[in-house]
Amino acid sequence: MTAPEVRKTHAEPLFRIARRNAVSVKTKIVTRAAAILLALVIDAFFIVLVTKLNPFAVYARIFAASFSAPMLFMQLLRDLTSLLCIGVALAPAFRMRFWNIGAEGQVLMGGFATAMCMIFLGDRIPTSALFLVMIVTSILAGAVWGFIPAFFKANWNTNETLFTLMMNYVAIQIVAYAVNIMRGERASVGSINKAGWFPNIFGYNFTLNIFIVAALTVAMYIYLKYTKHGYEIAVVGESERTAKYAGINVKKVTIRTMLISGALCGLCGLILVAGDKHTIATNTAGGNGFTAIIVAWLAKFNTIYMTLISFLLVFLEKGAREIASTYGLNEYIAGIISGIILFFILGSEFFLQYRLIFRHRAEHAEKGGADK
Amino acid sequence: MFKKIASLAIAVLMLLTALTVFASCSGDGAAGIKIGCIMVGDETEGYTLAHMNGIKEAAKALGISESQIIWKYKIEENSDCYDAATELVGRGCQLIISNSYGHQDFMVQAAKENPNVTFVSMTGDFASISGVSNLKNGFTKVFESRYVSGVVGGLKLKELIENGTVSPSATPNAYDADGNVKIGYVGAFNYAEVVSGYTAFFLGLRSIVPNVTMEVNYTSSWFDIAKEAAAAEALVANGCVIIGQHADSTGAPSACERMLGEGKVCYSVGYNVDMLEAAPTAALTSPTNTWSEFYKELFQNVMDGKDQPYDVAKGYNENGVAITKLGPSCAAGTAEKVAEVEAALKAGTLHVFDTSTFTVTQPQNTCEVTTDAAGHLTSCKVNMSYMDWSTMTPIYEGETVECIKDGYFDESTVRSAPYFSVRIDGIIEK
Repeated sequence: MTAPEVRKTHAEPLFRIARRNAVSVKTKIVTRAAAILLALVIDAFFIVLVTKLNPFAVYARIFAASFSAPMLFMQLLRDLTSLLCIGVALAPAFRMRFWNIGAEGQVLMGGFATAMCMIFLGDRIPTSALFLVMIVTSILAGAVWGFIPAFFKANWNTNETLFTLMMNYVAIQIVAYAVNIMRGERASVGSINKAGWFPNIFGYNFTLNIFIVAALTVAMYIYLKYTKHGYEIAVVGESERTAKYAGINVKKVTIRTMLISGALCGLCGLILVAGDKHTIATNTAGGNGFTAIIVAWLAKFNTIYMTLISFLLVFLEKGAREIASTYGLNEYIAGIISGIILFFILGSEFFLQYRLIFRHRAEHAEKGGADK
Repeated sequence: MFKKIASLAIAVLMLLTALTVFASCSGDGAAGIKIGCIMVGDETEGYTLAHMNGIKEAAKALGISESQIIWKYKIEENSDCYDAATELVGRGCQLIISNSYGHQDFMVQAAKENPNVTFVSMTGDFASISGVSNLKNGFTKVFESRYVSGVVGGLKLKELIENGTVSPSATPNAYDADGNVKIGYVGAFNYAEVVSGYTAFFLGLRSIVPNVTMEVNYTSSWFDIAKEAAAAEALVANGCVIIGQHADSTGAPSACERMLGEGKVCYSVGYNVDMLEAAPTAALTSPTNTWSEFYKELFQNVMDGKDQPYDVAKGYNENGVAITKLGPSCAAGTAEKVAEVEAALKAGTLHVFDTSTFTVTQPQNTCEVTTDAAGHLTSCKVNMSYMDWSTMTPIYEGETVECIKDGYFDESTVRSAPYFSVRIDGIIEK
């Protein structure tokens, strides 16, 4: 009995996806540059077809939004740090595979605590004492907001995604309630009196924020990568059973890590209110608590890499707002233009990690042997 | 890892350099005055559209080109406003305008830091007491046109009562226990700007139909279509027949139009823009602000290097306010009555807050009042301080001013922003 002739049914898909091995730096640069260039070309078509504008002028404005004046660049850094700070705060929780979706609320509670200190203690106690109280209460407020879901998770294995998410709404309602009372006959709490503002350094109120977040970013990198705690977090994240087998107290690590994550979110609230916005409202965190999740994930919890992702997101967002304003574009169109750039840059990451093996190439590979 | 960072950094750098090349192509170039405009909404929102039109018209009249105006749309009433203002300073603006009340807190911050730039916080109230000489306020006497729009609503209500559409038997829900007909008002916030507006509307309406009572629903937002619609629905469900508004969307008129179609009796008086498109049958008219006169004067002053007064408020006499085209549902004879009332307001023979037309019996939180035996105001002292309501301390200290003059409450003369915040009888805040 002879083996029937193998007939290709083509049941296999057009292409398969396989993980790439190490990629050289050169390939990485070329791939990413190509992605950006391709994005700009596609965008150019979009801009010409939909808005009838000169794409170069549009790109120039996107760039100008962050780089045409020192102040704009500083604002970029400020917004970058606001986002990065939360990403850094989320890193340990996500590394532990604890889905902390509650950063928005944790930041808000930290900011709320800060604002309360500024409003009610501002002119009653000396500045140094005020700062101390602000730091302690904001960190505490964030930590409590992180602790509650962690405690329930550790003891009764509640779903932390839902729990942390719902804690956001609780925080938002608390702030909405308090703001509604405090604003009196005004539209908002307004700019809170100067006591408690971070000092003006180099002409900007938020310079201190940049230093604080830079230090935090490095510290978190070291904490996760080189400390025993960091290792424990990684092990718990990979497998709880392994962690238990290795004698790690999972419950303790879970709660401890979420206390840190929440406390840092609270600190983000502090720098946001005292070092930037100088007011409190339900939108003080501005959705950054959610955007930071994207930042943390894209960077695979590497805080240094997060800086670049944050930069990219903030830069594109500022650019989108700028072109919407300059050209009177619909915000969605501006969003699409910057979204295309983001899409391609993120897309290039995919191609750096995976490769597509097409059907014919695969056949060829089977016959011809190893793929290089 | 570091390779990854390095390569990404290089890629980003390439993007930046690519953009730098093109950045040099841009630039504004035009000589003369440069005006920055911080708008709370955009052209899709009536209140901001009115400002945009006013600014554009004024600029056109004075030969200021479009390229000399930099627009910032959808700037929220928070530190975004400060950011926008400082950016506009950085881009060379000598005059920066913001159009929403809540911007003021952040405009003053920018004004302090940039003493050579004129900042105008429209509808704001503390420029003259802030001690910041380059911060100005401006408003219209929109309470005058609200009064007129109230008259339009009153004529409609009168028609509905006379033809039996609204009667204790046909619409029992529309009457309160004392036999007053219910009207409603969708307000944004509970402060003087809104209180002054709804009281003017109420008094205008009551000048036609004496037995009315008004319910006010607050939305805590200047622009929220869903909330405004829900507020209007709640008011109509409660029996209100005419729905006025001091919020910026078409939410309430559209809701009225829909409910009118479903057989309810409800008509809408809008704000800022003609609401006939959103509510062809339900919309009667809208009181509006005409900002072009104000802006013309402001631009001229800044161009001439003259000092802009702290407060400017223009009313009917200076073409600062108006009502929009009367809708087809308006009662017969409305146009004539409107012309008559407008003429009386212009001539000064009619005052919106004539103390003989309303009574005050409830305790007041925002001003110090005394009344005669009948409950008419004889004195109303308003503290013009700008308060921090959370600690009850003044942020900017202002004088306490007696506002009753010659038998009426003298609105928008001490400062441009409204300060009539007396809660009068017949209006219920919800």
